[in-house]
Amino acid sequence: MTALVRPVAALGATEFRIALRNRWVTITVAMMALFALVLSAAGSAPTGDVGVDALSVTVASLTSLGVYLVPLMALLMSFDAVAGEMERGTLSLTLTYPVSRGAILLGKFAAHMAVLAIAVGAGYGLAAVAALVADPEAVEGLPALWRLFWSSVLLGAVFLCIGYALSAMARRPGAAAGLAIGVWLAVVVLYDLGLLAAVVADGGGVFTTRTLPWLLLANPADAFRLFNLAASEATAAASGLGGAAQTIPAYHALISVLLWPVVAFALAVAALRRVTP
Amino acid sequence: MNSLTLSQVTKIYDGVTALDAVGFTVAPGERVALLGHNGAGKSTLMKIILGLIPATAGQIEVLGAGPGSQTARDGTAYLPENVAFHPALTGLEQIRLYLRLRGDDPAKAMALLDRVGLGQAARRRIGTYSKGMRQRVGLAQSLIGNPRLLVLDEPTSGLDPVSRREFYTILDTLAADGAAILLSSHALTEVEARTDRIVILSQGRLMANDTLAALRQRAALPIRLQVSARPGAADQVAAQLAGGRRNGVMVDLTCAHDEKLNRLGDIAALHGLIEDVEIIPPSLEDLYSHFSRRDEA
Repeated sequence: MTALVRPVAALGATEFRIALRNRWVTITVAMMALFALVLSAAGSAPTGDVGVDALSVTVASLTSLGVYLVPLMALLMSFDAVAGEMERGTLSLTLTYPVSRGAILLGKFAAHMAVLAIAVGAGYGLAAVAALVADPEAVEGLPALWRLFWSSVLLGAVFLCIGYALSAMARRPGAAAGLAIGVWLAVVVLYDLGLLAAVVADGGGVFTTRTLPWLLLANPADAFRLFNLAASEATAAASGLGGAAQTIPAYHALISVLLWPVVAFALAVAALRRVTP
Repeated sequence: MNSLTLSQVTKIYDGVTALDAVGFTVAPGERVALLGHNGAGKSTLMKIILGLIPATAGQIEVLGAGPGSQTARDGTAYLPENVAFHPALTGLEQIRLYLRLRGDDPAKAMALLDRVGLGQAARRRIGTYSKGMRQRVGLAQSLIGNPRLLVLDEPTSGLDPVSRREFYTILDTLAADGAAILLSSHALTEVEARTDRIVILSQGRLMANDTLAALRQRAALPIRLQVSARPGAADQVAAQLAGGRRNGVMVDLTCAHDEKLNRLGDIAALHGLIEDVEIIPPSLEDLYSHFSRRDEA
């Protein structure tokens, strides 16, 4: 056991130190805190007569924000992980140590997950404080915020692993960066636009009722949004495909949210195994 | 038992033969220099020994086990060519990481950095290091855990002459303790004095594998004799020895190894006309050219 834990802990601690020095921790925390505060301020205005507490409304806004921001932060942190080490020559060196490729990846993953959890926790925590100050009833929204927190971290985990896989396949940091941005655009932005266009063209036919729910569950970002919006009472605040997919049971989305990180990590390990140093 | 045994090692990349039936051994305590042009297959061979890439054919035994096996990895240290550690870490942090990856005590990091002359800079970020200092970080990590086999790819590139000397002193100590050392280099003159045996690769083939003295004998390259004549006697000396005048006082002669004593006798016979004589054996550069081009003609 210790033979596996020791290198992971050593690599993770080093990677976290690098993230601190490279200001990744500062940048991501500042970004999340700033957006969370802006959304809290904007979301606190129209609550009064909806009959929902301030925090639940904020959670709905934070879900829409997190679905873009968390994958982006995760990809930015992970695209260099393998390609950068290949370029510096440290990957081949580390691989001559008695350390497995899985352990190398797990160490980086642990550190990057910690950074993401800190950033997301800081942002959402600030939003909670702001909501509680404005509306004492906001306590009712805390379970939804907690759910949003851990599902955001899991969403981040998926995109960290996708970033590692791209990094291993690209072999050069520049190419990996391009691929990471491309994947972010395709999965987080264009995928939904494409589905919307298809729904409009379909006009409530078989695609919208049968295929669409599965396509939404197949995308980790959509599953994350569905899970949080379906579970939240403030679904009314949701826009776009959230409404179109209300037929999907929440536990389906939950399964997707839980399954994706495992699949993505396996994908990343497989990609790293194929790398010839 | 040898620390490293290679036999008929062949590597083919996409139809191109990078290594062609290469075989040699490295015994404990032996320092072997691997020489060859860029692209001769040195780095490929090292990566095969380390288990980073598989050989297409051939047998490799590292410390009595397969390349990349637990036994081999535990006892082997590697220094990659031009390794650049993460610029955000300090030398101390980097070595502490490598100690922990070997399951060793991270508190030994400072002693290792002192040993390679980086004690003063240990707490500075690697991003501020010169190339030579980064190379020393690489050397420090290769000393972790008393390795039985060191595989060093161009270890002295980027080091100044004093650092190179210190580097080879460290290697001598390791070899004296029984570590086997395989290093590649472009700097032939430094390898000449500091290694026990020389392996020359050319286009993936093993061209030579012997001690420097034996290689000299086998190559039978001409020996140069440099005679300095007394003032005004250079022409006469050149004529009598049938040699070429180089400048006012120097006369250059070349001869085969077995003619050396006869030629020296001829020179000694002119003792009134000459001041000194210098015997210049073929350099490693000459030998290297000889062996690496042997099949090209």
